[in-house]
Amino acid sequence: MSKKVAFLQGNEACAYGAIYAGCRFFAGYPITPSTEIAEVMAKEMPKIGGAFIQMEDEIAAMAAVIGASLAGTKSLTATSGPGFSLKQENIGYACMTEVPCVIINVMRGGPSTGMPTGPSQADVMQARWGSHGDHSAICLVPASVQELFTETVRAFNLAEKYRMPVTVMPDEIIGHMRERVVFPQPGELEIINRSLPTVNPCDYMPYDTSFGDVPPLASFGSGFRFHVTGLNKAEDGFPTTRAEIVQAEEERQVRKIKRAIDDIVTFEEYLLDDAEVVIVAFGSISRSARYAVNEARKNGIKAGMFRIITYWPFPERQIRALAEHAKVMIVPEMNLGMTIHEVRKCVEGRIPVSGIFRVDGEPISPNEIFAGIQEVR
Amino acid sequence: MGFDYEKYIRPGKLPHIWCPGCGHGIVMKGLIRAIDALSLDKDKTAMVSGIGCASRLPGYVDFCTLHTTHGRAVAFATGIKMARPEMNVICVGGDGDGVAIGGNHFIHACRRNIDMTYLIMNNNIYGMTGGQFSPTTPYGAKASTTPYGNPDPPFDIAKLAIGAGATFVARGTAFHATQIEKLLIEAMRHKGFSVVEILDSCPTTYGRRNKFKSVVEMMHTLKDIAVPVSAADKMSPEQLEGKVLTGVLYKENKPEYVTEYAKLVARVQEAG
Repeated sequence: MSKKVAFLQGNEACAYGAIYAGCRFFAGYPITPSTEIAEVMAKEMPKIGGAFIQMEDEIAAMAAVIGASLAGTKSLTATSGPGFSLKQENIGYACMTEVPCVIINVMRGGPSTGMPTGPSQADVMQARWGSHGDHSAICLVPASVQELFTETVRAFNLAEKYRMPVTVMPDEIIGHMRERVVFPQPGELEIINRSLPTVNPCDYMPYDTSFGDVPPLASFGSGFRFHVTGLNKAEDGFPTTRAEIVQAEEERQVRKIKRAIDDIVTFEEYLLDDAEVVIVAFGSISRSARYAVNEARKNGIKAGMFRIITYWPFPERQIRALAEHAKVMIVPEMNLGMTIHEVRKCVEGRIPVSGIFRVDGEPISPNEIFAGIQEVR
Repeated sequence: MGFDYEKYIRPGKLPHIWCPGCGHGIVMKGLIRAIDALSLDKDKTAMVSGIGCASRLPGYVDFCTLHTTHGRAVAFATGIKMARPEMNVICVGGDGDGVAIGGNHFIHACRRNIDMTYLIMNNNIYGMTGGQFSPTTPYGAKASTTPYGNPDPPFDIAKLAIGAGATFVARGTAFHATQIEKLLIEAMRHKGFSVVEILDSCPTTYGRRNKFKSVVEMMHTLKDIAVPVSAADKMSPEQLEGKVLTGVLYKENKPEYVTEYAKLVARVQEAG
């Protein structure tokens, strides 16, 4: 059987990736530049027995997604900048209650309404710290249309495996560009479903740590009756203010991701073996960076690129290791310096780290990065 | 034999957080009795709430219960109902939760006419945070944030629901305990979005600021202001001044959202 190949827009590929992963519920609200995801889901969900709903606002869309997931359906919402801000309340709720779901945030300019049709990479810190309180975050930053498909699948897998919201953040360029996509065959990519309880319903506790840091999650309506609250809770799901339980539960929720970093963190190393100048890039800008690295190599400069695919948890160990051998790092990003702080934290002052920042709605070109390489070598 | 409340109350979860004199317990009793009268399957019943005193109700009862974020109960419930249309979905909450921060979700759920019941315990105040005025606090009333009297005119929740498209709207009071059960039975039987507003009282944060001498007096006020819709026809506008209509205020049969979506799915799949 020959593979299905299509010429797709990033947002379209994202929707088809979600469907491949088993998503059968979408709730959204129109917002540029992510709307095409909702449009594809509105068209496709009924065909496969799923459900699509356009909610009254972004907050409601996030809430509906959590409700549907708790009822046992893999669920997705998609948004952009201002909508992502509105969703933070219920993203925190999904973190606290440990309900799997996937959020697509197609990054556009900001703050506030910003530049709705322009690309940006300025939401990466919001993806980590946008919702109040301590919590973990998983955030994926694909760099091609194909990768937006596969990373959306991976986002569902991670959400289901670790019982938490996972964010996929293509910048607007990746969301709106068109490229060749090879559809994986059914079964070709691994599909992970949440672990369901094996105990009797009367013995079930939604946060039973005797099953490990990621306890099984029952579905509403499946014969298990339990309580879910955004308050600090005990193993049985009911609210508690007992200091030792609150401390232990919050630590577990952060620990479950810390301990799984090697399973979650992904990246690409491009010509890094002997690299003296290391570009740390992600999303569409990594494409400019790759070109710039090639140009540098042609000019006898030992340049390479570390491409972030999993932004959160941040690939700290890998970047720290690179700083052992590289002479300098350059971080080009479509913001006024966000990733550079994370990189500097990893590098711990051992080598200089410089940035190339743009927030004018224009991508950072290969020439700009190449010029940056020539400047620092 | 008396009614077996223990079938529905979760063991070890009482006492509840509600103050002495609060009507929420009376409402919970009516809700439990209504669910029992309809023989709803506990495994197939979801109870969803937002934030506030009334929203603590789901924690005490033995269903699939979801205590969500402030004002968002109906939006979460919409996801549950879409994913599992066979479930009975009941939302509970207070006035501030439902029609202030949750107002947008409330009116759109009414408009959508999605099959669920929303029970609003309206005590005209934000009780949990200590008595700030809510969108149903009467004009001129005292609250911790209206020390000189409330300059805001209040919402009429039932009228808001009818205006927004809810297909079943009823009102009762915490004084009229047996009526609560009857209204909820009818609301849950109704196919579509049903709203039951129960006028309630908060002696702790509303009563003491507004010259109510006792819980009993507050309860009697609920009794005095309530006029059954059946009796209102025979009353003059003067007689109805300051009164609140109770009973089933509105009922109509209109296409229900989840059913309509299922039809859409069938149509799309048939077309291939």
